[in-house]
Amino acid sequence: MEEIPEEYEGGIVKKFMYVNRRAPHGTIYAQESLEVVLVGAAFDQEVSIVFMDDGVYQILKDQDTSAIGTKNFSKTFRALEMYDVEKLYVERESMQARGISEDDLNVPVEVITSEEIGRLMEQHDVILSF
Amino acid sequence: MKLSVVLNEGPYQHQAADTAYNFTRAALAKGHEIFRVFFYHDGVNNGTRLTTPPQDDRDIVNRWSQLAEEHDLDLVVCIAAAQRRGIVDEDEQKRHGKDANNIAKGFRISGLGQLIEAGIQSDRVVVFGD
Amino acid sequence: MSILHTVNKSPFEKNSLETCLRIAMEGSSVLFIEDGVYGAVDGTSLNGKLSDAGNRLKFYALGPDLKARGLSENSVMNCVEVVDYDGFVDLVVRHDATYACL
Repeated sequence: MEEIPEEYEGGIVKKFMYVNRRAPHGTIYAQESLEVVLVGAAFDQEVSIVFMDDGVYQILKDQDTSAIGTKNFSKTFRALEMYDVEKLYVERESMQARGISEDDLNVPVEVITSEEIGRLMEQHDVILSF
Repeated sequence: MKLSVVLNEGPYQHQAADTAYNFTRAALAKGHEIFRVFFYHDGVNNGTRLTTPPQDDRDIVNRWSQLAEEHDLDLVVCIAAAQRRGIVDEDEQKRHGKDANNIAKGFRISGLGQLIEAGIQSDRVVVFGD
Repeated sequence: MSILHTVNKSPFEKNSLETCLRIAMEGSSVLFIEDGVYGAVDGTSLNGKLSDAGNRLKFYALGPDLKARGLSENSVMNCVEVVDYDGFVDLVVRHDATYACL
């Protein structure tokens, strides 16, 4: 459905940061945010994804939406690696506040502090929030 | 400077639709180039010509159409988000066998790649949403 | 590098401002817009947090949003500068990137 933008191959490379601060199923933001990441992967840009606040709930293990009838897009996070999207960061403070440990997550991530997220953000050209 | 604007909320529901417009207008008045305004999530609802706001209220959709005409703006409605929410142009109407279309003047429907391209091509991207 | 953070939520309802203050680095700015302007008002329980961050961050509030909510330019804390939409555009241009802490 999405066109592959060949003209950007080997062209300008910018650093994109996707910031996810929302829980996954109550609203569509998380799901549509993931769609941006997947399409964006075709553009060969440098990509980082940050999960903080309720965004950390997006990557919890064992999500099963069968009984509510919505799409279980949480499985797609595991496929990001195939799209060469490998830089996933989770804010330590948000995890701690929610009693979540790395074992509870369904994808490999780097757990970093708020300050490190702040510094990381400064290294990016485009920051998209959902 | 070359700027792009992302609008994630629908008209009337959230002030983001107004703030994005006021910001875009101010940027144009200051002589900046608006590379693209990208409508995502419920923001795609800004692109229907079928709204009928009360006469004593602002006409959010028309306002964008007029601004687009005056400044040759590129108003892009995300196709995936639009399909879910029933924003349809002539092509989409034919492709999916719908009995009508509703895209407003000055808007076009295209892929999420247009958002990534806006990030690559613009000096700054500003997101408005909930 | 400096980032312009926009906050559009009342800090009494959502944690956007709190998160923004946690990640905004020295030399960055915070612009209060929409319902976010309530976070800039003087005399609230949040003043301490803003004052503490005031030596590393610059604070701005969108005047039209204050006015719409019955708040005058004098109602915001001293560390907050009031700007209009032109000023908003200038802030976006002056910083290397914008992050909307929605």
